[in-house]
Amino acid sequence: MELVEAIILSVLAASTPLLIAATGELVTERAGVLNLGVEGMMIVGAACGFGGAWLTGSILIGALFGIIAGTLMSLVFALMALGLAVNQVATGLALTILGVGLSGLIGAGFVGERITPAAHLNIPGLTDIPLVGRVLFGEDAFVYFSIALIIGVWWFLYRTRAGLILRACGDNHVSAHALGYPVLRIRTLAVMFGGACAGLAGAYLPLAYTPFFIPGMTAGRGWIALALVVFASWRPGRLVIGAYLFGAVTILQLHAQGWGVGIPSQFMSALPYLATVIVLVLLSRARTGGSTAPAALGTVFVPDR
Amino acid sequence: MRKSLLALAAGLLLAGSVSAASAADKLKVGFIYLGPIGDLGWTYQHELARQALVKELGDKIETTYLENVPEGPDAERAIEQLVRAGNKLIFTTSFGYMDPTLKVAKKYPNVHFEHATGYKRDKNMSTYSSKWYQGRYIQGLIAAKMSKSGVLGYIGSFPIPEVVSGINATMIAAQTINPNIKVKIIWANTWFDPGKEADAAKALIDQGADVIMQHTDSPAAMQIASERGKLAFGQDSEMIKFGPKTQLTSILDTWGPYYIERVKAELDGTWKSEDSWGGLDSHMFAMAPYTNMPDDVKKIAEDAQAAITAGKLHPFKCPVIGQDGKEIECKGGANLADGQILGMNFYVKGIDDKLPGK
Repeated sequence: MELVEAIILSVLAASTPLLIAATGELVTERAGVLNLGVEGMMIVGAACGFGGAWLTGSILIGALFGIIAGTLMSLVFALMALGLAVNQVATGLALTILGVGLSGLIGAGFVGERITPAAHLNIPGLTDIPLVGRVLFGEDAFVYFSIALIIGVWWFLYRTRAGLILRACGDNHVSAHALGYPVLRIRTLAVMFGGACAGLAGAYLPLAYTPFFIPGMTAGRGWIALALVVFASWRPGRLVIGAYLFGAVTILQLHAQGWGVGIPSQFMSALPYLATVIVLVLLSRARTGGSTAPAALGTVFVPDR
Repeated sequence: MRKSLLALAAGLLLAGSVSAASAADKLKVGFIYLGPIGDLGWTYQHELARQALVKELGDKIETTYLENVPEGPDAERAIEQLVRAGNKLIFTTSFGYMDPTLKVAKKYPNVHFEHATGYKRDKNMSTYSSKWYQGRYIQGLIAAKMSKSGVLGYIGSFPIPEVVSGINATMIAAQTINPNIKVKIIWANTWFDPGKEADAAKALIDQGADVIMQHTDSPAAMQIASERGKLAFGQDSEMIKFGPKTQLTSILDTWGPYYIERVKAELDGTWKSEDSWGGLDSHMFAMAPYTNMPDDVKKIAEDAQAAITAGKLHPFKCPVIGQDGKEIECKGGANLADGQILGMNFYVKGIDDKLPGK
């Protein structure tokens, strides 16, 4: 029983950065912008987040630094891809390259330092309940925030007028423009939201997961977040399933190795990717046919003046 | 996708750093690094050695390094770029650079190459590596003494001989202290992913391991062990900062003297292709101070270290019993031959796990 609890705790921790980053990218893509720079924004968020927490001793300030850093990075993207109408794929890739380099530079001063990681919730009585206590009432704030975030995004996209307008920009920017909506401004805000989330997701790694900064510590999580958005067919609900499934299989395959199941470890390492792709593809085939991608995703929009 | 993107990134990064090297008649020495120099592990130790080299011979040489160079075909381009920039001696510091280095070496017979941890050589390509299994043996003794649960946790990177021989040496040593000792092995299938290394450490501890050993590069596992009040060994580098009450010792890669020796040979014109495989007696690696253990355990470790250094103790002394209970053929007289250790692809008796791919 204790082992089950421990596994669930590890799964939540492993899934949270993916969920936060993917949530941001989902909003960006629903507005019709493909920002491939998630990895770059995350790693800069990680460096700045750690720097902020290390300098001030406050995890909250660290998280804010991460968010601001991610947002600033995304503004670079917005300037290029939206303002100057540069190809979004190329700009996103460039952003990742920039981020990886920049984070090394920012982080050089505090490589090898360590901080006290984010505190875990502790409500006497509730947190001590066997099995569910620590899972429900003993997480760090990022975990709760990530769940609130995705619920908020779902509500925003499907239950508010602003969300409808954002989706309209993603599906047909010409029509949205004709109706008088400021497409580029909406897209810029969506890109900034994506950047803020990526920055926070990156900051989660040194603030809560492994409380030190090492260049390259995001180790490809930004790319996984990007893939999750696609395989979740741009839907928040499926994104949650995908992120937790990926985290769960990642952790379970490690445990399976420890138990000595005898399946080659190379296959086990590939399993999270396989399982997530298969499940999400099956999910999207079961409900709707055809492409669910925002129709104007990745296309350049230059308003006629 | 990710691979090619990283490659692209690496390509741009190295374009930047190569051009930084200025022209002079000094000997140009190049380094290819796998990770970032701030990884606090493998690459960091190579970088420390490069700095030692510059300190010693800085007035005669000029060094360039490329970090974050992925293993595989991209490495070839990176190495070639160093050649074109005029480097005459190039150190490629990871196993996966073996074939790329060999390819470039064949193309440029006048440039000398030094490849770490590989087994392919040429007349202008040397190899160098350390007998880390000697350090692992000492760690195995300590681990068996310090473990209360009798279960060791081992995080492997890839099931290559270097890692497998480390696991075997650990277990052979541990069994001399506690014949019933168990080891749980988790392969991360990566050298460097702090999050995943932390997850593996958590899984091992959750499954009952109380001493964590790692063959991956970041201090994540040390930090998790420290958080959970367990014990751990560092890897490549001094990691006591991440577990002041956790680190028992660490195998420290100390490449500096070797780099200085080889560059001196290059300067004198006496460089020739060699295969250097240094143990504790060669100063290719060292053991970090023995900490967080009682004096009697410390003494066992120190005695073993002295005996290995003096050549009196060999971790793979025959008979070595394989997993199936059969004795491994002893090709090296009293001990397993070096070739058998360098190509080790079996587990010894007492490991209840299957070697991936076997």
